[in-house]
Amino acid sequence: MNLILTIAWTHVRHRARQTLVAIAGVMTGVGFSVMMAAMMEGSQDDFIRTLVDALPHISITDELREPTRQPADTVYKAAEFHGLTPDVRRPGIKNPMATIASLQTWVPGALTPSVQSKAVLRFAGRNLTTSIIGIDPRTEADVSNLATHMKQGTLNSLYRASNAVLLGDRLANKIGARVNSNITLASAEGVSMNATVVGTFHTGFRMTDETTGYVLLKTAQILERQTGIVNEIRVRTRDPMAARLISERIGEQTGYKSISWQEAQEDLLSAITLRNVLMYTIVGAILLVASFGTYNIISTITHEKTRDIAILKSLGFRDQTIRAVFIVEALLVGLVGAVLGWIFGYLLTRGLASLEFKTPFSDNNHLPVLYSVNHYLLATSVALLSSLVAGYFPARSAARLHPVDIIRGAT
Amino acid sequence: MRSTLIEARGVTKVLGGIVPVTLVEDINLAIMPREFIAITGPSGSGKSSLLYLLGLLDLPSGGEVLIEGQSTAVMTEDERAEVRLTRLGFVFQFHFLLPEFSITENVALPMRALGNLPPRAITARAEELLESFGLADHRHKTPDQLSGGQRQRVAVARALANDPPVILADEPTGSLDSASTAQVFGILRDLVALRGKTVVAVTHDLNLASQMHRRIHIVDGRLAKHDEFVGPA
Repeated sequence: MNLILTIAWTHVRHRARQTLVAIAGVMTGVGFSVMMAAMMEGSQDDFIRTLVDALPHISITDELREPTRQPADTVYKAAEFHGLTPDVRRPGIKNPMATIASLQTWVPGALTPSVQSKAVLRFAGRNLTTSIIGIDPRTEADVSNLATHMKQGTLNSLYRASNAVLLGDRLANKIGARVNSNITLASAEGVSMNATVVGTFHTGFRMTDETTGYVLLKTAQILERQTGIVNEIRVRTRDPMAARLISERIGEQTGYKSISWQEAQEDLLSAITLRNVLMYTIVGAILLVASFGTYNIISTITHEKTRDIAILKSLGFRDQTIRAVFIVEALLVGLVGAVLGWIFGYLLTRGLASLEFKTPFSDNNHLPVLYSVNHYLLATSVALLSSLVAGYFPARSAARLHPVDIIRGAT
Repeated sequence: MRSTLIEARGVTKVLGGIVPVTLVEDINLAIMPREFIAITGPSGSGKSSLLYLLGLLDLPSGGEVLIEGQSTAVMTEDERAEVRLTRLGFVFQFHFLLPEFSITENVALPMRALGNLPPRAITARAEELLESFGLADHRHKTPDQLSGGQRQRVAVARALANDPPVILADEPTGSLDSASTAQVFGILRDLVALRGKTVVAVTHDLNLASQMHRRIHIVDGRLAKHDEFVGPA
């Protein structure tokens, strides 16, 4: 074995109790860091995954990025008219099918038209304001997970009856409707129609399950009193993370407002970034505290070993060799602590993942955790770095010792 | 004509502080190969301080120490460490062995630090040195399992590990009983007579000093009496 390693190993081995305490400190630090990272990143991933699954990756709506230019603005460079009725734009995306066909040539993913509408749902004397979404069952499954969330019926059940509707299970329960119940939908445009419940779905999101109903495109168009209207094209990209770039390109090509899921949830994603900063600060603090234990043991060994340092220096050991001995000791403590911390962290993560929690917002009863090698590597790197720093200062003091002072003191 | 091994030229050591203390003052001396020299003097006279200065363990405040004709004043700490590792061997009053290591490992330490020999050769040489001092049966023991005399013999073996021409010994028999003293002194004498080493030993024991080639008597840090070099007995 290398001389430095031999001396370092002998020192830590002969101070087993102190060394074990220091190792336990690093182990605890690494273990809890790994667990925290797994929990924080797991919940973040789960959140993003749910978000990505629940929402279209890109939503192209009939809003324009730039406000509509009025005819007078087009004719004159500077115009001020009073009392003119502004040019009213017909809602909806122009030529939606042609737009979809054009986008399908290059967008990596699937597209589907939809109609967003609001209606009051009446059943058994109860009125509830509901989001009614007109969909095309043939392409809906390509852009959302609605098909997999069906509890009763299927997407194709919408073809079963005229004015068929799929309701969120909580909404159905709230009004007491079941499959085949006849309900009434009244839109803001003054259209009132009888509809038949042909199925229920459960996404796990309380808001969606309590306030949303799906109908055929045609039915929603009737509610909006506009035949052929499509006011949203939903896109599911193959790579959800590429949605932002694709969305920008779609916006440029169509002129319509195209919003990626990242843009739509920017506030939440910023909060996640902030949360990550917080997490890494806490992880760093935990490991920093653990490094005090390492500093303590190396300082103690250095203090106890002043005579040995003097002997080694009198024999002709160089300062850098002496320094290296104590730094290696600190790294040994850090490394062994980190390896044990991996096991401890893994067990803590497993334990945490097995705990059950009930939340009113989601059906997921277990804490989502993420097992990632990166967490272990990061915690180990920080543990080794803090051990290095913790060992460096006592090591430097040791190397600076003047052998004669100690030899004189000893004799 | 033999070249000087160690030479002190006007060596002075003053400890700084509110009241500066002069440990060694204006010492001039030359140590030749195969000499057996005693540095004597009363307690606190500066004997050990002079030895540390000659052994490059301490830096003089004035003057200079030359090792084999080379000035050490301009050497870096690493260069001085290299000289200590290869040209000088130390034996202290207390054995100063590393307690956690076996005596073989202790003897091997300077050789491992130098790194000129493969591990097996280092162990073989360490065991050979221990055997030559009658410690072959104890080679796996740690220092606390040995008597004072045995530990001091291990310390001498360690000083010889890298085969330096000079052994500097600070009261090597100071903490030993009379039997062990005779044994260790005999070993030091044999180093000169049989192995051709130079031994410079600080001692209180005038009887032992009288058996050496030369005596350097220090009083209040100054050279009080200085035998001329007469050559090995």
